[in-house]
Amino acid sequence: MKLTPYEQSLLEGAEGRGVQKAMEIVVALGHIFGAQDLVEIRSAQVAGVSYKNLGEAGLEFLSDWAAQGARVRVPTTLNPAGLDLHNWHQLGFDAEFAAKQQRVLEAFAAMGIPPSCTCTPYLVGNAPARGEHLAWAESSAVSFANSVLGARTNREGGPSALAAAIVGRTARYGLHLDANRRAQLVVEVRCPVRSLSDFGALGILVGQQARNRVPYLRGLDATHLLARPAGLDLLKTLGAAMAASGAVALYHVEGVTPESDEPSIIVPGAEHIAITDLKAGYQALNRGGEPAIDLVWFGCPHASLAELETIVRLLNGRPCKVPLWVTMARALRDEAARNGLLQRFEALGGRVVADTCLVVAPMQGLGFQCMATPCAKGAYYAPAHSGVAVHFSSPEACVEAAITGSWVAEAGEEVGE
Amino acid sequence: MKRLTGRVIKHGKTSGIALVSTEPISFFGMVDADTGVVVEPGHPLMGERIGGRVLVFPTGKGSTVGSYSLYRLAKAGHAPTAIINLESDPVVAVGAIISDIPMVDQVDISQIHTGDWVQIEGEQVIVNDRAQERQ
Repeated sequence: MKLTPYEQSLLEGAEGRGVQKAMEIVVALGHIFGAQDLVEIRSAQVAGVSYKNLGEAGLEFLSDWAAQGARVRVPTTLNPAGLDLHNWHQLGFDAEFAAKQQRVLEAFAAMGIPPSCTCTPYLVGNAPARGEHLAWAESSAVSFANSVLGARTNREGGPSALAAAIVGRTARYGLHLDANRRAQLVVEVRCPVRSLSDFGALGILVGQQARNRVPYLRGLDATHLLARPAGLDLLKTLGAAMAASGAVALYHVEGVTPESDEPSIIVPGAEHIAITDLKAGYQALNRGGEPAIDLVWFGCPHASLAELETIVRLLNGRPCKVPLWVTMARALRDEAARNGLLQRFEALGGRVVADTCLVVAPMQGLGFQCMATPCAKGAYYAPAHSGVAVHFSSPEACVEAAITGSWVAEAGEEVGE
Repeated sequence: MKRLTGRVIKHGKTSGIALVSTEPISFFGMVDADTGVVVEPGHPLMGERIGGRVLVFPTGKGSTVGSYSLYRLAKAGHAPTAIINLESDPVVAVGAIISDIPMVDQVDISQIHTGDWVQIEGEQVIVNDRAQERQ
């Protein structure tokens, strides 16, 4: 691999052990994936933030790295933490866990990373332009950046995204190269796909088939998806679902995503599949059973302001009977507080939970048994990661469940395994 | 004595007794953080202590948190002396780098057996066959 004299000097320790370690990581990954050289990055998104996932091992490592002088040199944002940093006590989270989480964030702060704590950095100021190179972890954000924004990043892991931020570079391989951004799978969608949950169910099905390939989707209503801001929320959930059930880091939608109309965007001999029904996607995510629910969750990936507005509109002045949690970035929560949306939502018993998400929070301690959500990625991970049963359906059905406290299966909806 | 050549993931010079696994390894959840003992039921190394051994296995598996788990083992003195893989994966590679554990991959690991005395220097792997030494 070809390094510039400056890159070589970092590798030899010219800027201290912390930077040297970061360069060793970036270079080693370049070797493993056959990169020719490094590429400068515009920003980084670091995963591995929740103490629930990091544990003592991760906390120790991050603290040590910060102490060795590691500092980021590009704008860097953080994935969700393990709890709401302001309201954790009120929500019932454990004080010892909160103290550990705070130490994780202190280590990141020492490296120059503010506690943005969201999986949607592109909604809070880390919005890359087409063609920009990034080192992002967080599979749903990787998918959004590559597919919807046309930026370029591989699926980085937590330490590798952080290493890239510290040296301002990542190895040039995978999705940084034109050749790897072409579709190897064409998906003909031959059924109506309208609601947020429809797009999530579709994403689950496509991800299962695509695995780590780049899919090209045909047959979706472009006008629907090009509507702003609503279309962005649909693409957000679609990509998140594909990245959960598969390892899809980039997808194209005909007439919608920026690279979909490039010449030879589909490789010759690409496999073609058709999806004629979303039922299997809904079935895969319905891991409930009990009609009584004790939580309704929106915001996986983190909700936009438009999504919060939709929920308030669907509530239509009716109060919630069970907790209705919307997870979102703190910056957006604060904006909702300024324009009065937050107050209208909370007056009906809803709760905006910032900085965290139900997949990375220690939910087992909160006693929830069964929840409803229209978010496919959340529905996919919650049973294993949070120990709760899941009903998955449209935003409308989930809001009704929050008002009544019970789940009414919709016509034709069957519970999966 | 056999001389094998691999690709350096983390440069270093060390030696130790080989512990060979035919199955992939995850340092997250599969190895007890406080003892360095493999605790994954059904794993060929179940019950083995990896600390101080030259750990030889085909490749890594599992959560990216595994890099940090290896770091924690190293700080507690329970990490392997060196790691030899057939094909390195990013999780173990990053773990070895941050933990200062010499690591080589693209090595024909079928040439190494548990109990062999293995020396590593950069890309060179020298295997002193346990069986031969007894002869």
